[in-house]
Amino acid sequence: MASERKTDDVTGVETTGHEWDGIRELDNPLPRWWLWTWYACIAFAVGYWVLMPAWPGVHGYTKGLLHQSDRAAVGHELKALDVQRGAGAAQLRTASLEQIEKDPKLQAYAQQVGQSVFGDNCATCHGIGGTGGKGYPNLRDDVWLWGGKLEDIQYTITHGVRTGAPGARMSQMPAFGRDELLKPEQIDDLTEYVVHLSNRPADAGAIARAKPIFDTQCVACHGLEGKGDQALGAPNLTDSEWLYGSDRAAIRGQIFAGNGGVMPTWGGRLSPETIKAISVYVHANAGGQ
Amino acid sequence: MPTLIDNTKPKSEANSEHGRAAVSAAARAKGKGAPTGDGLYKPREPIYPKLVHGTWRRVKWALLIATLSIYYVTPWIRWRRPEGFPQQAALVDFADGRFYFFDIQLWPQDVHIITGLMIAGALALFLVTALFGRLWCGYTCPQTVWTDLFIVVERLFEGDRNARMRLDAAPLSFDKLWRKAGKHLTWLGIAFGTGGAWIFYFHDAPTLIRTFWIGQAPATAYVSCALLTVTTYVFAGWMREQVCTYMCPWPRIQGAMLDQHSLQVTYLRDRGEPRGAHKKGQDWAGRGDCIDCHQCVVVCPMGIDIRDGSQLECINCGLCVDACDEIMSKMARPTGLIAYDTDAAVAARACGDKAVYKPVRSRTIYYTLALTAVGGLTLAALISRPKADLHVIRDRNPIFVRMHDGAVRDGYTLKITNRTFFDRRFEIAFDGVTGARLSQPGEAGAVSVTVPADQVASVRVFVTAPPDAGLAPSTPARFIARAGDVQADAKTVFLSGAANPQ
Ligand code: SF4
Ligand code: SF4
Repeated sequence: MASERKTDDVTGVETTGHEWDGIRELDNPLPRWWLWTWYACIAFAVGYWVLMPAWPGVHGYTKGLLHQSDRAAVGHELKALDVQRGAGAAQLRTASLEQIEKDPKLQAYAQQVGQSVFGDNCATCHGIGGTGGKGYPNLRDDVWLWGGKLEDIQYTITHGVRTGAPGARMSQMPAFGRDELLKPEQIDDLTEYVVHLSNRPADAGAIARAKPIFDTQCVACHGLEGKGDQALGAPNLTDSEWLYGSDRAAIRGQIFAGNGGVMPTWGGRLSPETIKAISVYVHANAGGQ
Repeated sequence: MPTLIDNTKPKSEANSEHGRAAVSAAARAKGKGAPTGDGLYKPREPIYPKLVHGTWRRVKWALLIATLSIYYVTPWIRWRRPEGFPQQAALVDFADGRFYFFDIQLWPQDVHIITGLMIAGALALFLVTALFGRLWCGYTCPQTVWTDLFIVVERLFEGDRNARMRLDAAPLSFDKLWRKAGKHLTWLGIAFGTGGAWIFYFHDAPTLIRTFWIGQAPATAYVSCALLTVTTYVFAGWMREQVCTYMCPWPRIQGAMLDQHSLQVTYLRDRGEPRGAHKKGQDWAGRGDCIDCHQCVVVCPMGIDIRDGSQLECINCGLCVDACDEIMSKMARPTGLIAYDTDAAVAARACGDKAVYKPVRSRTIYYTLALTAVGGLTLAALISRPKADLHVIRDRNPIFVRMHDGAVRDGYTLKITNRTFFDRRFEIAFDGVTGARLSQPGEAGAVSVTVPADQVASVRVFVTAPPDAGLAPSTPARFIARAGDVQADAKTVFLSGAANPQ
């Protein structure tokens, strides 16, 4: 690169003095409109500094004459969103659960509201997909402790389980071992019996010994055949779904300690229409009853 | 001075001062140029192209009328479609995400067809450029077409080249004022008509033309119209060749497609040089055919002198060809001193060789092959477009659910696109898992869904495999949506986790 300015012979234009591989850069003047566009941009930038928040300073930034604030803008947008959602919320409030589920538009809306609220409040225990975990019921299968109809689900969400609040679902499995209601070997026998209820091979002697215990201690809630009772929140012992695990150790542990989880009372914390939306969401995703 | 004086070239200005080419030619002659008085910026040097008659001018008139007619008339063509659908032949319906072009209806997901069309267009442009130089620029580019139209208006109000130059030099008078005002108002009118025509492509034209005047058209219509009006007026009225020279990237890019075998408007220097004035009766021996009459310069809308060789500014419009042919005829010399010719031919003749035109070259072959491939693929994609689409979104959380009896249930969301103009009831089938049952939330039994005409409907489907289905953790499967003769299918998998839960 040479820096000497020369006049190009062919065009008669002065060069900038820059040269690459023998190619010299001509110093052609800029078109006037181009320059004016540039000036306009500069003027715009200056105007922008004055009107909009621009310069950082020691005590914050310059506010600009327009007092534009993204934070305030977001606030306005959120308010507008509330207004916009008002219509949908009102519809959810007045429609019955069946109506919501029959109307495709309203159902889609309820599902969307339900999904996001579920994620915020329910997913902590039941998981984002609603599959639950040990001690936390799976909401996606066809097994329901307290009933899988829309109203059942709505009731459970509204009142909760074992919260002590009035109307809350309440079931109590005795802690047969911890409270020494049964002897350890009786608990062992009972475990075999429960395993046998769900059609798995179990010790015949133990089954025979446990039968009278089951018939006196357990049938009240789980029924003669161990099929459970949704009115009492008593689980079906003959299916393949186990809240606290399906192996012998887990079953024995449950007979020993009689665990029962707590589900919050959501009524009062979430609006009725929100609870409706969650109910519809849970019901639809479980292919509910 | 040449005997055949052109009255268009005022004596006082002989040799220069008007037209950029003349100026730069003069600058070159004087070795001027330099940074000099121009300073940092350079005002636009006005160009006063003179009206010319001839073959290429006639072609340009024809194309001007044809292209403008297509542009203005197309949105007004009606087209029969079923009730409830636009009756406009060409319509870009942004609100509903549809594009109608006669019997073709495109959805946003058909963007690959539009992409293919654009690539094919670009390749066609490459091919034309490799064969014929900047032909697009000279004849069909909107910038050229509207500039041409604006020059017609200019001529109408201010006369041809000489009159225009006189008028510009004259002090302000009533005559000058009304001519200028008339010109600009007409320009603005045309510009507004241009912007107006544009918006009709995006909305039902007869409706829009009514709502537009009573202020009830969408804001975008007014904004688009205003934008197009301003750009047309400024680009075609004020900036003209500056758009082609400074703003348009195409002249830079086309350099990569041209070679010495491309047909371009060329001054046949092998025949023209040495140039010089010619007196009547003078012998033509020992001199070139160019009589240095500057007719090729004064007609050039880009303000260049084609005799300087092929230049970035030249848009291959052929007007200088017409101008020179006229001169040559008057001089009783063969026409074609300026002609569509190739650099190779000029060089060959200069060496006394026979010039051959070589349209088939490796680059034209490549461009043709690429164009055929892209064009063919696009056409195939357009023709084979299904009437319905099915998309399957498998539940990912949970990926499967085990039921109380050990059955496995997977959840899917199906999106069915009905591209026909009629509502259709799609029956959903699942293929791949023996004994699998389909159900919808809250409903058992067969799954079917009605998709309204030209809409997408989404439906949640549960597939339950019986406990004894003997499934692999992942089983390939297929959804089929069928409505009469319209069918769509989509691959998916049925997931079931471990073979046995207990
Ligand atoms: S090339 Fe033709 S039009 Fe141009 S100056 Fe020569 S004779 Fe005239
Ligand atoms: S040199 Fe000739 S072909 Fe090129 S732009 Fe000018 S008139 Fe048109």
